[in-house]
Amino acid sequence: MSIFVDENTKVIYQGLTGSQGRFYGLRNRDYGTKVVGGTNPKKAGTDVDGIPVFASVADAVSETGANASCIFIPAPGVRDAVMEAAEGGIEFIVCITEGVPAHDEAWFFNKLKRDFPNVRLLGPNCPGIISPGKCNIGITAGEIAKPGGPVGIVSRSGTLTYQALYELKLQDIGVTTCVGIGGDPVPGTSFIDCLEAFEADPDTKAVMMIGEIGGSAEEEAAEFIKNKMSKPVVSYVAGVTAPAGKKMGHAGAIVSGGKGTAAAKMEALEAAGVRVGKNPTEAGELMVEVVRENGWA
Amino acid sequence: MDLLEYQGKQFFAQFGIPVSDGRPVTTVDEAVAAAEAVGYPVVVKAQVHAGGRGKAGGVKLANNADEVREHAGNILGLDISGHITHILWIEIASDISEEYYVSFTLDRSAKKHLGMLSKEGGVEIEQVAVENPDAIAKIWIDPVDGLTEAVCREWVLAANLNPSVTDGAVALLLKLYTAYTDGDADLAEINPLIVKTDGKVHALDAKVTLDNNADFRHEWAEYEATQVRDDREEAAHAKGLQYVGLDGTVGVIANGAGLAMSTLDVVNQAGGKPANFLDIGGGANAEVMAGALQVINDDPNVKSIFINIFGGITRGEEVAKGIIGALEMVDISAPIVIRLDGTNAEEGRALLAPHLSDKLVSKPTMLEAAAAAVELAKKN
Repeated sequence: MSIFVDENTKVIYQGLTGSQGRFYGLRNRDYGTKVVGGTNPKKAGTDVDGIPVFASVADAVSETGANASCIFIPAPGVRDAVMEAAEGGIEFIVCITEGVPAHDEAWFFNKLKRDFPNVRLLGPNCPGIISPGKCNIGITAGEIAKPGGPVGIVSRSGTLTYQALYELKLQDIGVTTCVGIGGDPVPGTSFIDCLEAFEADPDTKAVMMIGEIGGSAEEEAAEFIKNKMSKPVVSYVAGVTAPAGKKMGHAGAIVSGGKGTAAAKMEALEAAGVRVGKNPTEAGELMVEVVRENGWA
Repeated sequence: MDLLEYQGKQFFAQFGIPVSDGRPVTTVDEAVAAAEAVGYPVVVKAQVHAGGRGKAGGVKLANNADEVREHAGNILGLDISGHITHILWIEIASDISEEYYVSFTLDRSAKKHLGMLSKEGGVEIEQVAVENPDAIAKIWIDPVDGLTEAVCREWVLAANLNPSVTDGAVALLLKLYTAYTDGDADLAEINPLIVKTDGKVHALDAKVTLDNNADFRHEWAEYEATQVRDDREEAAHAKGLQYVGLDGTVGVIANGAGLAMSTLDVVNQAGGKPANFLDIGGGANAEVMAGALQVINDDPNVKSIFINIFGGITRGEEVAKGIIGALEMVDISAPIVIRLDGTNAEEGRALLAPHLSDKLVSKPTMLEAAAAAVELAKKN
């Protein structure tokens, strides 16, 4: 099994007619994802390599039965795009776009929670989600992931996620679902949302969690792992050597007032029984150990 | 983006928040003219992106033109925690009867806006939070609801401010919340928020951090112009690169913030010191890579360069073309170690193969590449 998406997920691309939307929409389709449409009010009735373009999300949903959307709209339009997706009947919204204002994120996070409690938003500023062999929504290179299980992955960083998928594949270890929650201050889906879903998924036997400096999401996840998770978790936290007060690329990645350091996060995770690697490779090796020890692959 | 105090006050004034009359100046003569215009006594304040200005001698009261001349002369050029003072803010002095604290910021954990209000202002709020946490009235605001007047009033009452200023405080805090949200601030803080001897509530200081992601809907060029960056950061910024200068010898280029941070970690673990953080980001192409290499190459401390790319949104052949193109454009003095993997990595490595030499090395894994880059940095 997988979490959040599976082989029946039907996806539309908001921004399919743009260069990034087209590139990844077609890649995702080539991977086997059910890409059923795109939206662009000015290009309704046309198609992108056979994928029909609709005027609105609502039109696309009623014509195709889509239940997921992937947003490649530039940052100024993301707030409207997210709400259009929710209002149009989409249940799972993946927002790839980076550079979305924090106030917009805080607003639509709370708006969705209140008015569309059954809608899940992933991102913004995330690489998307892949359930290898079933569904790939976003910018992950599908060929670097081995289908199956027993590992589930959740990560704040895109490229480190790819790294993890790749290292597991080299060891012939499969992944049920890999979720990139993104590096922004208000991610639609949190570590805990994913950990909870992995805990409930019978095919996921162990979870790899990749964090980074800034905020307290890793510490909150550690608390959840300690109290609510039976499955083993392996982790890596990027930014051990990041200086305080300097924002490291991601809007959320900053050590401020001595809070949000990688050391504190790793300590909290270790105290919760998580095996923590000091670099992505070591974390990969730890996961391989866990899988082999238990005879899961 | 952090604003200077005077910019923060101008920002507040746009939203109707009362601030002291003042002028930003850059010379002693301008300082005197500004003081004459706003009226004595004035406060001469250094405008730098650093705290502790008062202790460093960067804030002085002046009662007449001679005193303005003296203080302005002393403060212009003053080094405050490594920041040289180029701008002064000359503002009319205020008669203070009480000093409070207020701020709005995003609580990432609660995913709501957090307002903090305290009658113990004028000192570090972190100190108040530790010594007397009950003295801070906190409020969590759902961005969809915003801050209503009724809720704001309850909040002010909870903070036990002088009851005579309740109405004035509520009015100012509502405006501050609007400045924080409509102005796209990550932080809007007033410390101290003062009550003047005439009973009016007034922002005596302004600490504002704006969200750069929202610059498309604001006119922030003026604030941008006074941002202080080192030369390397300036050059990188001009090329639209995410760059943070550090003090080591291994230049780092990676795609993705997480991988770039991780690259710094592995360089350290291999016994080296990174010279920078540089994320070439999502859709990086040949031009972006060339720009990144140029920025690194211009850093005299760099003894080797570690390019760590795992392709997701950045395709391997684009990276390879960028490196090859950059090598044709600029004479890269330091040796380069490349680790290329992910989307179209095979195509990228094939393109690079004929160019490999002692000065352009390819390594299959991140740890091997880090070790090689550190070794080369030490050898040079």
